Amino acid sequence: MQKPATTTNEGASNRTDDAALVERLRAGEERAYEEMVREYSGQMLAVARRFLRSEEDALDTVQEAFISAFRALDRFEGQSKLSTWLHRIVVNSALMRLRKKSRRAERSIEELLPQFRSDGHPARPMNPWREDVAVALEAQEARALVREKIDELPDPYRTVLLLRDIEEYDTRETAELLEITENAVKTRLHRARLALRNLLDPYFRGEVA
Amino acid sequence: MTCQEIAEFLLAYLERELPEPQRDVFQAHLDECPACVTFLRTYESTIRLGKAACRDCPEATKAKVPDALIQAILAARTTGHEQPQNETSDDS
Ligand SMILES: [Zn+2]
Repeated sequence: MQKPATTTNEGASNRTDDAALVERLRAGEERAYEEMVREYSGQMLAVARRFLRSEEDALDTVQEAFISAFRALDRFEGQSKLSTWLHRIVVNSALMRLRKKSRRAERSIEELLPQFRSDGHPARPMNPWREDVAVALEAQEARALVREKIDELPDPYRTVLLLRDIEEYDTRETAELLEITENAVKTRLHRARLALRNLLDPYFRGEVA
Repeated sequence: MTCQEIAEFLLAYLERELPEPQRDVFQAHLDECPACVTFLRTYESTIRLGKAACRDCPEATKAKVPDALIQAILAARTTGHEQPQNETSDDS
């Protein structure tokens, strides 16, 4: 079935570009490889840096991811966009590298969770956050602070928060990527957010500037 | 339901995954407990802040890639092995 060119939307033309590029890659065209690396390495490095704390690890991860991608090109089916496919590959490489690294004395999540008395009441009074917290969403400085605090979360919780809230994978995809159950994803996401709330509380609660 | 349990089931409540009777008990607690309402609001703010943390800033969506990395990746393809990125031998 032929469609008039005018109905071609952004997504469709991307997929056409992807298909053409993948065909050249499979044919082993050297220039195509360079085009792919130049086109997608920037977004992949940004992803790798979010997961890994050292620049060296982030760079190595992007390299590993491309090597995996080159090997797996035959399995790229063109149903997803090339960028989506590469995103998942670099996330996988980053998670693999994180697993291999035994982290130096990781903070326990418990000390970051809200504290309660034995009767179930909060151990500390609950202060509302500033009215202008919504404004903070737009401020670079506040975003940098939030990123810094996310970074302080223990890895099993940080990775779930990154995958669900930043990389925007759903619960099922996150469970697959981490090889844990969907219920574990939900529990960890909740605890990660509780801990992040505690870490942000001093900065956003009413009386402190 | 205690405040501690409210904190525990907060996400399930917000995602409407709490079964009906539990949901009513949860709602009844919120109606009477300003501290938990405050907690819920700050939790929701945290979710929004978290989701916005990496949005729109250029380094977060597309980083500038060192040329050495691009060369190392392309070299690795032809040899099938990982290449060190820092083989700057005779830069003068
Ligand atoms: Zn309460």
